Amino acid sequence: MKLPPFEYASPRTLQEATTLLSKHNGDARPIAGGQSLLPLMAFRLAAPSLLVDLANIPGLDRIEIRDDGVHVGALTRWCQIEADRRLTAAHPLLSEAVKHIAHYQIRNRGTIGGSLAHADPAAEMPALAITCGAEITIAGAKVSRVLAAKDFITGPLETALEPGEVITSIRFPKWRSHRRWAFQEFSKRRGDFALGGVALHFDEDAQGHASEVHIGVFGTGDTPGRLSAAEEFVRGKKVDAGLAQAAGNIARSAVRVASDMHAGAAYRQALIGTLIERALVEAASRAIEE
Amino acid sequence: MQIRMTLNREPLEVEVMPRVTLADCLRHQLGKTGTHLACEHGVCGACTVIVNGQAVRSCLMLAVQANGAEVVTVEGLTPDDEEFGPLQQAFRKHNALQCGFCTSGMLTTAHALLTAEPDADHERIRSVIAGNICRCTGYLSIVDAIHEAGESYRANKERA
Repeated sequence: MKLPPFEYASPRTLQEATTLLSKHNGDARPIAGGQSLLPLMAFRLAAPSLLVDLANIPGLDRIEIRDDGVHVGALTRWCQIEADRRLTAAHPLLSEAVKHIAHYQIRNRGTIGGSLAHADPAAEMPALAITCGAEITIAGAKVSRVLAAKDFITGPLETALEPGEVITSIRFPKWRSHRRWAFQEFSKRRGDFALGGVALHFDEDAQGHASEVHIGVFGTGDTPGRLSAAEEFVRGKKVDAGLAQAAGNIARSAVRVASDMHAGAAYRQALIGTLIERALVEAASRAIEE
Repeated sequence: MQIRMTLNREPLEVEVMPRVTLADCLRHQLGKTGTHLACEHGVCGACTVIVNGQAVRSCLMLAVQANGAEVVTVEGLTPDDEEFGPLQQAFRKHNALQCGFCTSGMLTTAHALLTAEPDADHERIRSVIAGNICRCTGYLSIVDAIHEAGESYRANKERA
């Protein structure tokens, strides 16, 4: 369908943007790449009276690698993350996950901040942010605040963003060297929303036992989240094919899933178990560069 | 709103309502009907155009967001309106189209890809056109055509 009518503003500063947004009492929406918001409007699931385009606000599209981790500006597009060679060492899981996001044309427009603000339960980035313990910096007309990703995502297409607030950046905590990781998802067509997906990473102690185990799943229900039953099972053990299979079985029974028109609950449970098994095997067998 | 853009190398100004997508602006206001619209929500890839050198879905971009941009549509791939470009020649040779509805989106996507990555192999081409739906060909001939056209883009890049 054609988009419902709206007003459009293209401010040059963040202050101007947040002021405009807060004046409209929640009836205005920020737009960055528009790759999630415009389909929502085409389906008439959203009909904001004002779109505030963030594209001309400078400084929000940088990727910075600092001592406390990787800082990604909210307006950074997927294609920029994909092309940033520094990230293959600084955050290989982020680098890999982005390759799975949507299609070529959408990766040229879609932004990391937009995906988080949209909070689709089947999207890769909200899941990755929660799995990695990322922090989201939010600017409002008066104050800024920082939220953990798990507190930011509150429901399907729902976030902790208040009217007038916009995301300005995301920080992924510093990536430890020798960390093991994998990203697995299954979708019917490459680039489409996944029927289920898994992002995970863990460290190994001197004996090769897993510590700091983070296992996140998405496409399963209302929100992405970490699967603590599987994390606890893996923690302190050596990850090999046998352990991966057992962890997959635990995940299969522990994961809470919903049925929808794309896949039934039993299928999704089996899928998550299989993906976790594959991801653990992949993570354990990947050669670690010294 | 009054916006300015460069369309197929010609600078122009056009008055648009904010709700008008770039696709509708191109088709209805600027007469560039080579850009096809099917799903209108970013799934099918038929409406792909090139904005500032990058392939984008023109149904998921507002015309006002293209203010100041350089836009190339399928019409811009044949500058003199007579001779086919290397991609189009390869599509003809390989029978890479039947009904032709997806073709302009395939051509613009492939043009942006090969301009940036003339060495794209079959695997890369397949992953890029995963965002373009064709219901006739079964894709194999399209992948072959794009791969063959890569040679001309490689030669162009070396010349430049």
